[in-house]
Amino acid sequence: MSGKLLDIRGLSVEFGPVRNPVRVVDDVSFAVRPGEAVGLVGESGSGKSITALSVLRLVPEPPGRVSGHILFEGTDLLPLPRSRMNAIRGKEISMVFQEPMSSLNPVMTIGEQVAEVLMLHGETDRERRRARVIELLGLVGVPDPQSRLSAYPHEFSGGMRQRVMIAIAVACNPKLLIADEPTTALDVTIQAQVLELMLDIRRRYKSAILLISHDLGVIAEICERVVVMYAGRIVEDAGIRSLFAGPKHPYTQGLLKSVPTLFDDRRRLYQIPGSVPTPGSSRQGCSFRPRCPVALDRCATETPPLIHHGAGHLAACWAIAAEDAA
Amino acid sequence: MARYILARLLGAIPTVFLVLTLVFFAMRILPGDPAVAALGDNAQPAQLAQYRAKMGLDAPLPLQYVHFLAGLAVLDFGQSFMSDTRVSTLLLHNLPYTIELTVTAVLIGLVLGIPLGVLAATHRNRLPDDAMRIYSLIGYAIPDFYLGAILLVVFSLWLGWFPINGAGTGFWGGLYHVILPAITLALLKSAFIGRLTRASLLDVLGRDYVRTARAKGAGERRVIYRHGLRNALLPLSTGIGLSILATLSGSVAVELVFNRPGVGQLLIEAIHQRDYPVIQGGVIIFALFVVLVNLAMDIVYVFVDPRVRVQA
Repeated sequence: MSGKLLDIRGLSVEFGPVRNPVRVVDDVSFAVRPGEAVGLVGESGSGKSITALSVLRLVPEPPGRVSGHILFEGTDLLPLPRSRMNAIRGKEISMVFQEPMSSLNPVMTIGEQVAEVLMLHGETDRERRRARVIELLGLVGVPDPQSRLSAYPHEFSGGMRQRVMIAIAVACNPKLLIADEPTTALDVTIQAQVLELMLDIRRRYKSAILLISHDLGVIAEICERVVVMYAGRIVEDAGIRSLFAGPKHPYTQGLLKSVPTLFDDRRRLYQIPGSVPTPGSSRQGCSFRPRCPVALDRCATETPPLIHHGAGHLAACWAIAAEDAA
Repeated sequence: MARYILARLLGAIPTVFLVLTLVFFAMRILPGDPAVAALGDNAQPAQLAQYRAKMGLDAPLPLQYVHFLAGLAVLDFGQSFMSDTRVSTLLLHNLPYTIELTVTAVLIGLVLGIPLGVLAATHRNRLPDDAMRIYSLIGYAIPDFYLGAILLVVFSLWLGWFPINGAGTGFWGGLYHVILPAITLALLKSAFIGRLTRASLLDVLGRDYVRTARAKGAGERRVIYRHGLRNALLPLSTGIGLSILATLSGSVAVELVFNRPGVGQLLIEAIHQRDYPVIQGGVIIFALFVVLVNLAMDIVYVFVDPRVRVQA
């Protein structure tokens, strides 16, 4: 094995008519090593959630069309038959979603829903399942798990439901845990608890984590490496320290500048001028060009490739490429 | 729970009362004279007057109404004008046939309609879905008596597979006689239930918890039946209640076409003959059915949806 647990190569996702498709994810490539925590950052509509859903093949097809390669332990997941995909889902790769309020089945008990993933992946003994469910619920911090088994989701708060989702996700010790904005829908205090829980789970299971967020602060807490997406493309891919110390891409620089700090004496927060291009608008050149403070002429016509700027630090920008060359 | 049911039943009394009052006066406003209907066009005025006096029809309308209510208070529906039989006896005799027909029709309708809806939802915008759309369009458009007549001609007259009329005796005889009229109603209902199932299931299959089920590694069958259909059936139960009631009202025409005994058949004859007590009794039965079916569906809801808890 090449040391890559998940290796996404040239992933593209399109929606809409074949003749005039809307490309939501455009030629995305990055990798996650075993045990590594990678953050995927971007604004709403940047394609980060669709990228994550593609890994588990949860993008509905049709209407979506997914192309490229998603190698998991060397096997391409995209052409895999459904039955083999089902054996991977929830066992090798599991996922926590953004919407804890609606991600649990309202007519099944919490216990049944956690037990289901164990049953689907080979635990046939009812009693052992039950014991494991209680253990898992305790692990994710559901108080008094034994008596909560027969509760229904509507009896749980959002934070508790997200804990249940995490229990489901880690039930089979997955090699990769994908978390799509796991804390976005929660109160700030609950967010901290859930993040703490994710860290704890990382230490305990040594699972790799792909954390999707628009919040760089959240990513910084958990991840070693950050992949920044903009308008369906990766614009920067770097180690967390390297990224925070010296962001290369003007978009990442703008993102970091717009994070408020406690010691801010700015009267106005920084904001990147302009707005995100709507998916499907012209993709000629660099899609960040209209908002970019350092745009060059060639940015209008040629799409910048994702290339190395220093060890393990990739960025897709003509301006820094020119700077490097100089 | 018991208190809830009791409260609901008590709450239904005004509804039934209103229906009764409406029917009582509507029947008497409509043209047609029960005395003429009973004795024929050539009856002498004296005979007609004597008949009216005997049946209490010569009393002023408000007084007749009070008499009628007084009878109801002790569960006395009165006596048929035509046959001197008690209305309650007539109803008790006919009711089982109507229930037999309705229950069979609804069961077949569900067994047919739900899988059709699932098939359409899981093959959205493909051939099964389009076929289902046409099927349900026909089902909505075709009147029950017309479909009944066609089935009767084809399967009973031409092919001789089923009896032409009657209700049969014993379980198998009953089943043999009920099957064609029940299928008539069921085919129409399955179109409705199929559409409802499709819409409800499509809605549910787009929900986040279905995505969660897929992310757990559940197979498509499990996703659709265990997670999808179970949730889709919740809104469906209201539709099924409506469907039972529609089947019940459809049974009136179908009983006539297949010449089956039943409350519908009884009602139609009674209307022809202006047999007021029988009409009133029949309508009470139908009104009670509506109330009971609605109540039953609400109770079913409480059991299938954990989020609904009754406050008495």
